[in-house]
Amino acid sequence: MKVHRRLMLKGMLALGAIAAWPRLLLAARPDSAFSANDADKAIADLFGQIPLDSDQVKMKIPDIAENGAVVPVTVSTDLDNVESISIVVVNNPTPLAAVFLLTPRSIPSVAVRIKMGQTSQVRALVSAGGNLYSTSKDVKVTIGGCGG
Amino acid sequence: MGKPIKIRAKVKGDISEVKALMPHDMESGLRRDAETNERVPAHYITEVVAEHNGEIVMTAYWGPAVSRNPYVSFSFTGGVVGDTIKIHWEDNQGDSSTTEAALK
Repeated sequence: MKVHRRLMLKGMLALGAIAAWPRLLLAARPDSAFSANDADKAIADLFGQIPLDSDQVKMKIPDIAENGAVVPVTVSTDLDNVESISIVVVNNPTPLAAVFLLTPRSIPSVAVRIKMGQTSQVRALVSAGGNLYSTSKDVKVTIGGCGG
Repeated sequence: MGKPIKIRAKVKGDISEVKALMPHDMESGLRRDAETNERVPAHYITEVVAEHNGEIVMTAYWGPAVSRNPYVSFSFTGGVVGDTIKIHWEDNQGDSSTTEAALK
Protein backbone atom coordinates (compact mmCIF):
# COMPACT_ATOMS: atom_id res chain seq x y z
CA MET A 1 0.00 0.00 0.00
CA LYS A 2 1.45 3.26 -1.11
CA VAL A 3 0.65 6.77 -0.04
CA HIS A 4 -1.00 8.79 -2.73
CA ARG A 5 1.38 11.60 -3.44
CA ARG A 6 -0.28 14.28 -5.40
CA LEU A 7 1.88 17.20 -4.44
CA MET A 8 4.01 17.19 -7.52
CA LEU A 9 4.27 20.86 -8.37
CA LYS A 10 7.81 21.28 -7.21
CA GLY A 11 8.27 24.76 -8.67
CA MET A 12 5.31 26.07 -6.77
CA LEU A 13 6.56 24.41 -3.65
CA ALA A 14 9.79 26.35 -3.92
CA LEU A 15 7.82 29.58 -4.04
CA GLY A 16 5.74 28.53 -1.09
CA ALA A 17 2.64 29.11 -3.15
CA ILE A 18 -0.55 28.25 -1.37
CA ALA A 19 -3.60 28.36 -3.66
CA ALA A 20 -5.82 25.31 -3.93
CA TRP A 21 -3.49 22.38 -3.39
CA PRO A 22 -4.82 18.89 -3.61
CA ARG A 23 -4.97 17.49 -0.12
CA LEU A 24 -2.83 14.66 1.09
CA LEU A 25 -4.84 11.53 0.45
CA LEU A 26 -4.27 8.54 2.63
CA ALA A 27 -6.67 5.80 1.70
CA ALA A 28 -4.75 3.30 3.82
CA ARG A 29 -1.95 3.10 6.35
CA PRO A 30 1.29 4.41 4.81
CA ASP A 31 3.24 1.23 5.56
CA SER A 32 6.40 2.21 3.71
CA ALA A 33 6.71 5.48 5.67
CA PHE A 34 6.22 3.55 8.91
CA SER A 35 8.97 1.08 8.01
CA ALA A 36 11.48 3.76 6.92
CA ASN A 37 14.46 3.82 9.27
CA ASP A 38 15.34 7.44 8.59
CA ALA A 39 13.19 10.41 9.64
CA ASP A 40 13.68 12.43 6.44
CA LYS A 41 12.94 9.36 4.34
CA ALA A 42 9.75 8.69 6.28
CA ILE A 43 8.61 12.30 5.86
CA ALA A 44 9.45 12.35 2.15
CA ASP A 45 7.64 9.07 1.66
CA LEU A 46 4.58 10.27 3.52
CA PHE A 47 4.25 13.77 2.12
CA GLY A 48 6.54 14.12 -0.91
CA GLN A 49 7.26 17.55 0.52
CA ILE A 50 9.84 19.23 2.71
CA PRO A 51 8.33 20.74 5.87
CA LEU A 52 8.63 24.45 6.60
CA ASP A 53 9.44 25.39 10.20
CA SER A 54 6.48 27.20 11.66
CA ASP A 55 5.76 28.69 15.07
CA GLN A 56 2.10 28.01 14.35
CA VAL A 57 2.77 24.34 15.03
CA LYS A 58 2.82 23.80 18.77
CA MET A 59 4.14 20.71 20.51
CA LYS A 60 3.86 20.03 24.21
CA ILE A 61 6.35 17.36 25.31
CA PRO A 62 8.65 17.09 28.35
CA ASP A 63 12.25 18.38 28.02
CA ILE A 64 13.36 15.37 30.00
CA ALA A 65 11.50 12.07 29.81
CA GLU A 66 12.29 9.96 32.84
CA ASN A 67 10.64 6.95 31.26
CA GLY A 68 11.08 6.65 27.51
CA ALA A 69 8.33 4.04 27.35
CA VAL A 70 5.66 6.65 28.08
CA VAL A 71 6.27 10.15 26.78
CA PRO A 72 3.12 12.28 26.58
CA VAL A 73 2.95 14.56 23.55
CA THR A 74 0.31 17.03 22.42
CA VAL A 75 0.43 18.67 19.00
CA SER A 76 -1.84 21.56 18.12
CA THR A 77 -1.89 24.41 15.66
CA ASP A 78 -3.55 27.73 14.82
CA LEU A 79 -3.41 26.89 11.13
CA ASP A 80 -6.63 26.53 9.12
CA ASN A 81 -7.65 23.60 6.92
CA VAL A 82 -5.55 21.08 8.82
CA GLU A 83 -5.50 17.72 7.10
CA SER A 84 -3.12 15.73 9.26
CA ILE A 85 -0.86 15.81 12.30
CA SER A 86 2.15 13.49 12.46
CA ILE A 87 4.79 12.72 15.06
CA VAL A 88 8.33 11.61 14.23
CA VAL A 89 10.98 10.50 16.77
CA VAL A 90 14.21 11.02 14.82
CA ASN A 91 16.38 8.51 16.75
CA ASN A 92 13.85 5.70 17.00
CA PRO A 93 14.59 2.61 14.86
CA THR A 94 11.53 3.48 12.74
CA PRO A 95 11.05 7.21 13.34
CA LEU A 96 7.44 7.67 12.21
CA ALA A 97 5.32 7.13 15.33
CA ALA A 98 1.84 8.30 14.42
CA VAL A 99 -0.23 9.99 11.74
CA PHE A 100 -3.61 11.50 12.61
CA LEU A 101 -5.95 12.35 9.75
CA LEU A 102 -8.34 15.13 10.65
CA THR A 103 -11.54 16.31 9.04
CA PRO A 104 -13.08 19.76 8.47
CA ARG A 105 -14.91 19.26 11.78
CA SER A 106 -11.74 18.52 13.75
CA ILE A 107 -10.16 20.82 16.30
CA PRO A 108 -6.50 20.63 15.23
CA SER A 109 -5.10 19.21 18.44
CA VAL A 110 -4.23 15.62 19.30
CA ALA A 111 -2.59 14.03 22.32
CA VAL A 112 -0.95 10.61 22.49
CA ARG A 113 1.81 8.85 24.43
CA ILE A 114 4.86 7.59 22.60
CA LYS A 115 7.96 5.47 23.20
CA MET A 116 11.45 6.88 22.82
CA GLY A 117 14.40 4.48 22.66
CA GLN A 118 16.91 7.20 23.51
CA THR A 119 17.43 10.95 23.66
CA SER A 120 16.16 12.36 20.39
CA GLN A 121 14.74 15.23 18.47
CA VAL A 122 10.98 14.88 18.17
CA ARG A 123 9.28 16.49 15.20
CA ALA A 124 5.63 17.43 14.86
CA LEU A 125 4.31 17.87 11.32
CA VAL A 126 1.07 19.51 10.29
CA SER A 127 -0.26 19.41 6.75
CA ALA A 128 -2.67 22.26 6.17
CA GLY A 129 -4.01 23.78 2.99
CA GLY A 130 -1.70 21.52 1.00
CA ASN A 131 1.46 22.76 2.72
CA LEU A 132 3.57 21.00 5.32
CA TYR A 133 4.67 22.74 8.50
CA SER A 134 6.74 21.48 11.39
CA THR A 135 8.28 22.21 14.72
CA SER A 136 10.81 20.17 16.65
CA LYS A 137 12.13 19.74 20.14
CA ASP A 138 15.00 17.84 21.72
CA VAL A 139 13.85 15.44 24.40
CA LYS A 140 16.33 13.89 26.81
CA VAL A 141 15.49 10.32 27.78
CA THR A 142 16.96 8.95 30.99
CA ILE A 143 15.55 5.39 30.71
CA GLY A 144 14.99 4.16 27.15
CA GLY A 145 11.62 2.77 26.18
CA CYS A 146 12.52 0.87 23.07
CA GLY A 147 12.02 -2.51 24.64
CA GLY A 148 8.88 -1.56 26.47
CA MET B 1 -10.86 -10.06 19.86
CA GLY B 2 -9.13 -7.14 21.47
CA LYS B 3 -10.16 -5.70 24.79
CA PRO B 4 -12.86 -3.02 24.99
CA ILE B 5 -11.80 0.60 24.63
CA LYS B 6 -12.40 3.00 27.51
CA ILE B 7 -13.99 6.11 26.07
CA ARG B 8 -14.77 9.41 27.77
CA ALA B 9 -16.48 11.87 25.49
CA LYS B 10 -17.72 15.23 26.74
CA VAL B 11 -19.42 18.17 25.09
CA LYS B 12 -18.37 21.68 26.09
CA GLY B 13 -20.23 24.26 24.07
CA ASP B 14 -19.70 23.42 20.41
CA ILE B 15 -16.65 21.26 21.05
CA SER B 16 -16.73 17.56 21.81
CA GLU B 17 -13.58 16.16 23.40
CA VAL B 18 -12.91 12.44 23.20
CA LYS B 19 -10.39 10.64 25.40
CA ALA B 20 -9.78 6.98 24.73
CA LEU B 21 -7.66 4.33 26.43
CA MET B 22 -7.04 1.13 24.51
CA PRO B 23 -5.67 -1.78 26.53
CA HIS B 24 -3.03 -3.33 24.22
CA ASP B 25 0.53 -4.62 24.68
CA MET B 26 1.93 -2.59 21.77
CA GLU B 27 4.92 -4.91 21.40
CA SER B 28 7.52 -3.25 19.19
CA GLY B 29 9.11 -6.49 18.02
CA LEU B 30 12.45 -5.29 19.39
CA ARG B 31 12.03 -6.41 22.98
CA ARG B 32 13.55 -9.70 24.13
CA ASP B 33 11.86 -11.98 26.63
CA ALA B 34 13.73 -11.75 29.94
CA GLU B 35 13.84 -15.53 30.41
CA THR B 36 14.19 -17.03 26.94
CA ASN B 37 16.08 -14.07 25.42
CA GLU B 38 13.98 -14.50 22.29
CA ARG B 39 12.45 -11.55 20.53
CA VAL B 40 8.82 -10.96 21.40
CA PRO B 41 6.95 -10.70 18.08
CA ALA B 42 5.68 -7.27 17.07
CA HIS B 43 2.05 -6.79 18.07
CA TYR B 44 0.73 -3.27 17.87
CA ILE B 45 -2.31 -1.26 16.82
CA THR B 46 -1.90 0.02 13.27
CA GLU B 47 -5.12 1.89 12.68
CA VAL B 48 -7.73 3.67 14.79
CA VAL B 49 -10.96 5.12 13.40
CA ALA B 50 -13.29 7.34 15.43
CA GLU B 51 -16.85 8.06 14.32
CA HIS B 52 -19.46 10.51 15.56
CA ASN B 53 -22.98 9.30 14.67
CA GLY B 54 -21.47 7.24 11.85
CA GLU B 55 -19.30 10.00 10.39
CA ILE B 56 -15.52 9.64 10.66
CA VAL B 57 -14.05 12.45 12.74
CA MET B 58 -10.49 11.11 13.19
CA THR B 59 -8.36 8.36 11.68
CA ALA B 60 -4.99 7.46 13.17
CA TYR B 61 -2.24 5.30 11.71
CA TRP B 62 0.28 4.12 14.26
CA GLY B 63 3.63 2.42 14.38
CA PRO B 64 5.08 0.40 17.27
CA ALA B 65 6.33 3.60 18.94
CA VAL B 66 2.95 4.37 20.44
CA SER B 67 3.10 3.46 24.15
CA ARG B 68 1.59 0.36 25.72
CA ASN B 69 -2.14 0.75 26.47
CA PRO B 70 -2.43 3.69 24.09
CA TYR B 71 -4.12 6.88 25.21
CA VAL B 72 -5.35 9.35 22.66
CA SER B 73 -7.42 12.49 22.83
CA PHE B 74 -8.91 14.61 20.08
CA SER B 75 -11.79 17.04 19.60
CA PHE B 76 -14.33 17.95 16.98
CA THR B 77 -17.25 20.32 16.51
CA GLY B 78 -20.92 19.62 16.06
CA GLY B 79 -21.66 16.97 18.70
CA VAL B 80 -24.48 17.12 21.23
CA VAL B 81 -25.13 15.18 24.44
CA GLY B 82 -26.38 11.66 23.71
CA ASP B 83 -24.68 11.33 20.32
CA THR B 84 -22.79 8.12 19.63
CA ILE B 85 -19.01 7.95 19.56
CA LYS B 86 -17.61 4.75 18.07
CA ILE B 87 -13.93 3.86 18.17
CA HIS B 88 -12.43 0.93 16.32
CA TRP B 89 -8.85 -0.32 16.15
CA GLU B 90 -7.02 -2.95 14.17
CA ASP B 91 -3.58 -4.37 14.88
CA ASN B 92 -0.83 -5.99 12.85
CA GLN B 93 -1.90 -9.49 13.89
CA GLY B 94 -5.47 -9.11 12.68
CA ASP B 95 -7.03 -8.42 16.08
CA SER B 96 -9.54 -5.63 16.41
CA SER B 97 -11.81 -3.97 18.91
CA THR B 98 -14.83 -1.69 18.64
CA THR B 99 -16.48 0.24 21.46
CA GLU B 100 -19.33 2.72 21.48
CA ALA B 101 -20.04 5.40 24.04
CA ALA B 102 -22.45 8.28 24.40
CA LEU B 103 -21.35 11.91 24.37
CA LYS B 104 -21.92 13.41 27.82
